[in-house]
This record gives sequence, C-alpha cells and structure tokens, in this order.
Amino acid sequence: MMLALEMYRSPAKYLAAKAVGGRIPGILTGPAAPLRLVTIAEPKAERDGWARIRPILSGICGSDLGMVTGHTKLYFSAMVSMPFVPGHEIVGELLEDCEDLPKGTRVVMDSVLTCAARGVEFCDGCASGNTNRCDRITVGHVAPGLQTGFCQDTGGGWGNVMVAHRSQLYAVPDGISNERAVLTEPLACAVHTALRAKIKPGESVLISGAGAVGLFATLALRELTQAGRITVVAKHAKQRELARAFGASDVVAPDEVFRGVRRATGAFWLKPELGREFLLGGVDVAVDAVGSKDSIDTVLRVTKAGGRVVLSGMPSTGADLSPVWFRELELTGTYASAREEPNGRPAFETALELAAKAPLDGVVGATYPLYRWREALDHAQSAGRLGTVKVAFDVRSA
Amino acid sequence: MSRPGFVLEVDDRTPPLLVHNGEGFKLERFPLGTRVVYPPEAQAPVRDVEEAIQNALLNPLESEPLPELLRPGMRLTIAFDDISLPLPPMKKPDIRQRIIEAVLTMAADAGVDDVELISANALHRRLTPNELRDIVGERVFRSFYPDGKLYNFDAEDAANLTHLGQTKHGEDVEISKRAAESDLLVYVNVNLVAMDGGHKSTSIGLASYKSLKHHHNSHTMIHSRSFMDHKVSKMHHSAWRMGEVLTSHVKVFQIETTLNNDIFGGPLEFLQKREWEWSIKDQASMLAAKRGIDLAPTRVRRKIFQDVRANYGLTGINAGKIEPVHEKTIEAVHSQHKVEVQGQADVAIMGVPFVGPYNVNSIMNPILAACMGLGYYFNSYIGQPIVRKDGAVILYHPVDYEFSQLHHPSYVDFFEEVLSESTDPATIEAKFEKQYAEDPWYIHLYRTSNAYHGVHPFYMWYWISHALDHCGDIVWVGANRKSVERMGFRSASTLQDALEMVSHSVGRSPSITYLHNPPHLLADVR
Ligand SMILES: [Zn+2]
Ligand SMILES: [Zn+2]
Repeated sequence: MMLALEMYRSPAKYLAAKAVGGRIPGILTGPAAPLRLVTIAEPKAERDGWARIRPILSGICGSDLGMVTGHTKLYFSAMVSMPFVPGHEIVGELLEDCEDLPKGTRVVMDSVLTCAARGVEFCDGCASGNTNRCDRITVGHVAPGLQTGFCQDTGGGWGNVMVAHRSQLYAVPDGISNERAVLTEPLACAVHTALRAKIKPGESVLISGAGAVGLFATLALRELTQAGRITVVAKHAKQRELARAFGASDVVAPDEVFRGVRRATGAFWLKPELGREFLLGGVDVAVDAVGSKDSIDTVLRVTKAGGRVVLSGMPSTGADLSPVWFRELELTGTYASAREEPNGRPAFETALELAAKAPLDGVVGATYPLYRWREALDHAQSAGRLGTVKVAFDVRSA
Repeated sequence: MSRPGFVLEVDDRTPPLLVHNGEGFKLERFPLGTRVVYPPEAQAPVRDVEEAIQNALLNPLESEPLPELLRPGMRLTIAFDDISLPLPPMKKPDIRQRIIEAVLTMAADAGVDDVELISANALHRRLTPNELRDIVGERVFRSFYPDGKLYNFDAEDAANLTHLGQTKHGEDVEISKRAAESDLLVYVNVNLVAMDGGHKSTSIGLASYKSLKHHHNSHTMIHSRSFMDHKVSKMHHSAWRMGEVLTSHVKVFQIETTLNNDIFGGPLEFLQKREWEWSIKDQASMLAAKRGIDLAPTRVRRKIFQDVRANYGLTGINAGKIEPVHEKTIEAVHSQHKVEVQGQADVAIMGVPFVGPYNVNSIMNPILAACMGLGYYFNSYIGQPIVRKDGAVILYHPVDYEFSQLHHPSYVDFFEEVLSESTDPATIEAKFEKQYAEDPWYIHLYRTSNAYHGVHPFYMWYWISHALDHCGDIVWVGANRKSVERMGFRSASTLQDALEMVSHSVGRSPSITYLHNPPHLLADVR
C-alpha cells in the first residue's frame, strides 16, 4: 500500500459541479473536490519493459492545475482513466532493474504513453519518432491515458510508487541535482516547441507568458535556434529577471505588448473603431505560452503577415481568428515532446543537457510533502505572483 | 514705466510665495534668506502696431525695403514660427497674422502671384487647420489653405527637400525645397526668449533630421551654455554656420518681433504680480482660483489653462538681413527679461508651469516637464547657471504619468523603453536615437497625424543634459514618484523634505535662489 494523491472525479463532472473562481483551497475543500489524499495499492509492473519507480521530486504542471480546477477542456476527458494519480514531471529512482537500467538508477520520464509502452503495433506517429502524436493512447495493455499522470494503471508522480516503461525513461547523469532533473520534462516540451517553431536565423520572436512554459521556451529558443530578438511578455518582477537570464532581448508587461512589439519591429499600429488593436508588421514568430483567450488574441494580432503562431500552452476557446485569415498566419500547436525531434534526437536528451548547464538554480522555488497538497497547489496557482517558477512535491518526505 | 527684474531676500515678513505647479500653483513658505528672482514687469508696448510693421518692412536693416524685393513672376515663400511660440498662445490677432497680411498686401501690389506659406515646424507636430488659422488669421487661411498653399513643413517628404551643401564643419544643410528654390524667403518670427530667432529660424525651422542631427545631439547640447546666448551656444554656432550656407543660396528677409511680459490677465492677473503687493482683490481672486483649480476635475483644470491667452504687447519689430535684425531682437529681449543676480546659489528652486513649447493644446508629459524645468528654465541664464556646479535643483510639477497618444506617441515608448535602460543622454543617443528617428510608424504619424517626430523626445532629453551634468541633485516636490524615478530623479513630498534630501551635498543651510517664473526672466548671473 502507498500514500498518493488521487484524482477521483472525472474532469467533465467536476467541470459541471465546480465552484467558479476562488482560491485553490476553497475549490479543493468544496463539495465537488476532485482530488484526495489516500492510501491505495501500488501499481504493478508485470510486463516486460516495465519497472517500479519511487518518485523523489514531482512537479506541478499547468495542465495538472487545469485538471484540478476544472479548467481543462472536455476534449481531454476521453483520454484519461479514473481514478488516477497525477504527476508527470518526475525525477525518481528505479526500484528494480529495467532492461539495461539497473535498480537504483535515477531517471526522468517522457510521460507520453505511446505504442511502445502499450505493447501495440506502432502507429504512424510512433513509427516516425513523433511519439507525442501517438494515436493509440486509449488501447493496449495499459488503461486509457494520454500520459502517465492521467492513467489509472501507471500511477503518477504524486504518489509514493509508480510504474513506467523503459521507452519512457532516461537516466539522469550524476552531476544533475534532483531540483534540476525534475525540470527535464517541461524542458523537453520547451525543446520541442523551440524546434517546432522553425525559426530562421535572425527572426524575431514573441513569447507570451513567463510561467514555466514561457520561460523554458525562451531558454530553449535561445539555446537551440538562431532567433534574433526575443521579446517576452512577463507580468511579475522575478519573471522579468528570469526571462532576461534565459535569453530574452527585451521583456514587456502584458499591457505593453503592442507598444513593445511595434517598437521592436517598426510595425504600424492600427486601432479599429470597434474591437481590438493590431499591428501591420510585427514579429516573425509568436509563441503563446499562456493559453488564455487574451494571450492568443494578442499573439495573433502582433505577428507579421505570413508569420507563424505556435500554441504551446493549452488553449482556451473564443480567440478571434480574423488575423489568421487576414494575415495568412501559420497556426501550429506543440504538445509534449518527441522521441525524434527535428534535430534527430529525443527531446529528453537535449533537455537533460539544458538541465545540466542552464541557469536553473532556484527555479524549483518550493517543495511540499504530499499531505500539504492544498498549499502546494495554491502556491503553484499563484507561482508567478509569488516569484516562483516551479512548485514540486517532495515525495520522499510524505 | 515698467520696473526691472527684482531680487528679494525672504525675511520673516515675506508672505508665502506663489510657485507654478503644472495645472495649478502652490503657496510656499521659503526658508529665510532665500533669494527670489522676479521677472521684470511688462514693458510698455508699441502703440501703433500696424505702423510699426509698415515701418519695419519699409525701413529694413541692411536690406532693400520689402517692396523693392518683390516683382511679378517671382516665387515668394513666407515661413512663420509654429505653435510652440509664444507661450502661452497670444490673444487674437496673432502678431504673425498682422505681419503676414502686410507682406501679402505688398506682394499683391507688386503683382506677385506665386506665394506659399509654410509653418516652420521642423520635427514638431503638424498644426491642425484651426491652429494654423489661429496664427495666420481667417482671411489668409481661407485664401491659401484650401489650395494647399498654406501648409506644415514636412521634414520627411524627401521629394520636397533640397540639400544646399555642407558647412565648413561638414554639417548638412537640407531644407524645404520650396524655400530653397524661392526668389525670396520671408521669415516671420515671434521672439519670446533669447534662444529664438536669428539663423535658428530658417536653418532649424525648415530643416530635415539629416540637418538637425548635427546640432540636436547630446554633445552639442551639453556644450550650449546657455541656449539663451547665441554667442556661446554650440547649437547656435552650428545654426549660424548653416545659416551662412543657406543665405548664400536663398535670399532671406527676416522679420523678428519681440513681446513684453504681459501674460496673465483677467482672473489670473495676480500671477503677474509680486505677492506682497497683492491687493485685497488679488488675494481674493488668487484664493478663488486656487480653490476652483484644486477642486476641478483634471479635464476642466486642463481646459482652464489651455484656454489661457496672453495679452502680450509688441515691444519691437525689425526686418531685413538676419544678423543685424537679430542683434536688435536680442537687445529688446534682454531689456525685457534680464535680471541681474549676484552669484550662484547652492540650491535653485523652480516651479514648472502648465505649458511649454511642445504641449500647446496637449499634455505636459513627464519628459516635457523635465525639459521645461531643466531645459528651459535651468538654461535661462547668461553668464553662469544660477546654481553652482554640483549644487541642487528643486522643481515643482505633479509629473503625472500621462501622455498624449495623439501628439507624443514616441514619448511613451521613450519613457518606457529608453529611460528604463539608461538616462544618460550620450548612451541613449548611441543606442536608440537612430531607431526612433527612422521608425516608419512614427514617421507615418508625424506626416499624416499630429505627432511629434519619433526622435523628438531624444532632443528633449539632450536639452536637459547640461543640467544633468551640472547639478549634483535634482529633486521634485509633490510629484509622481514612479515617473520621477524612471527619469533618474528623486521626489519629495514637501520643500522641507527636498532640502533635507539634498543636505548631504549642499549642507544644512544652503544658499537658495527661487526663480519666480513665468512670466519669463533671464538670469544674468554675475
Ligand atoms: Zn506538463
Ligand atoms: Zn503510437
């Protein structure tokens, strides 16, 4: 038996019942709270290639918060199996040998549950190395679930024991601390974003959002591409500071985006009599790392004609797509990361290199034991304001 | 007979003194011993303005009378000072209207029919049709504006600029093509302070950025001490060199006018007087105005001040060749504005009023407030600054974070982007000026809307570079802390606090000089 946080109410039902607004503890102690701390049976690793892992640190991701607060799209609910233990950003220790990896190896995990993990014939996505585009996420010998952390059978990082398939695992080199290693999964997503954005040398980029997604995207773009000017939209002082440290050429406040981009690119700034302003001209590539209607609206309006907009945060509905039509924008999404990225390598390998050398000290700004999960989620929800990038569970101390 | 400027030393009988503070004023008790420099009272105006104009045009200095320069078939261009002069704007009719009408009458008599009128606004914003009408008057406006013969100068209209050559210092002289190709260029000037007029009129007012950047830069402006003395101002030296090139290509007939200090009339007349001479009536109107202003919403308060039209009497008009005309002008300006001040002080205090050259009918944003205090007023000296090297300047203005998006779009960006990176004039010049000067959006707004040119906030900042270099401390009283700090200054809630803050550099009992303007004064610091 083990201690774990369990998501036990389906997002769809929770969405219908949730108390709107309010702080996280309010939501979580309300009658419809979807999460609880329980003692449950450990997940089993009976098939070849599977092994048990004891998580050390386990991050709280925006998608976890979306799930818990009922903001996640219903689109998602067909790809999870209830109840499940959340947590897909982990650094942990193997409790037994896993093929070539001996017991005790420190590992990080690509959480996507692909054909390889499910023991089915490879789909086109998996066959081509685009494992994040796997079409088989609801079949095979693992319960439905697009990722570990959304699947009944695997357990997740927010519990004392979980299982993973060898295809998901990467050994952590000795020099990398747990606090850095736990960032590998979000860094891998950022690596994927940076490489998917297809930035040509010197092109200007806007990154809307300076939470973990936006900041890591900034870092990855600076490290892996020859982007020219990178402008980051950041609300809070600590975010601004980190954005600069991670390679932003300039940082603007959310209400300064139009002015900042206009200045940076010499664009023309139009204000229609009705509706929102937009630029003629603007950045070559914009990355939305927030997902809100406002943020998406804004990036669409400040990207130059023929430019590219990359949706990296989980998008909400209701954005105005007129600029996509009028400016012939290329609109693309980035989800998780791939085994074979455009640079021919797994995103996780590149991410581990970043985790080793990037200025990431202090990025994990707070850790909580599992039993203080309400505070942990509350902190994660207001991380930006509190000057924290990443909040994690310290699962060992549970 | 008017009284000359006057220096008073504050003693225990001195009442609280009026300090201009944006769209409002304060009554401040100054420390004992503070020297208050009052502007001279308004000189008696010329009695018959029409006669004075005729006289100037018919008896010019070192030039044929105007009618002799006019002939059929010639190309005549009349350029005139834009809305930045005088301050506040003058009651109608504007002196420029009267002169332009007189010139046009002589031109008509001579059979000249190719006439164009150009507002010499350089990189200032375009004037609106109404603003042009206020300057030239209804009749001239109606006759010329609809046909496009009365217009704003456009420094970005490459097709309508002419490069006349370079000075011996390698400075480009590029001006309005129409002016350059005219048989005669008549310049109609209003000279409010000693900085205006002379070769500055044509070689700056009708020039492009390419030409202006030779003197509107941090190096030149820091070495222009002061702008009010064209003989020692590097900016003026450059303008004078350009003037030589310009006048070797174009015949210029310069008409310069000087105004007296009669600014505030009606219910604001007390602003014109010295506090201890306020009558019961003055005190009553002061209290009424103060209460009204303090209670009025911003919009109303702004309207009250923007509607101020000064009485100004004409003190002189001279026409002819630029240099001798300007000599006379400077003489007249000095005799109206000059106040003798004995020695420099440790601390200078100045109240920044509601209007400066670049916010007529608009908002005095933080950069313009700084420029008004540290550019205009600080530089309003001849000889030496009123405050000693490394002394302190204390300014009054609310310095609200407020910008006109219509008139000052590049100022907002300058404030947010440039000043957050550096406040050092040379640094920002090197890093940002070109970008701002060439930004297509600012150029678009300058040419088609009513925006100051993108580079204009840089010029404002260069203008204060002499003060930045000279002063040890700059503190604003009662100002928006964030705006003031962004510009690299400090703020205090009261004069006492401000004096406390500067005491580490000037001591606990510094000598203090308060420049009591406006009306305008020119401190002749001995
Ligand atoms: Zn995630
Ligand atoms: Zn697959």
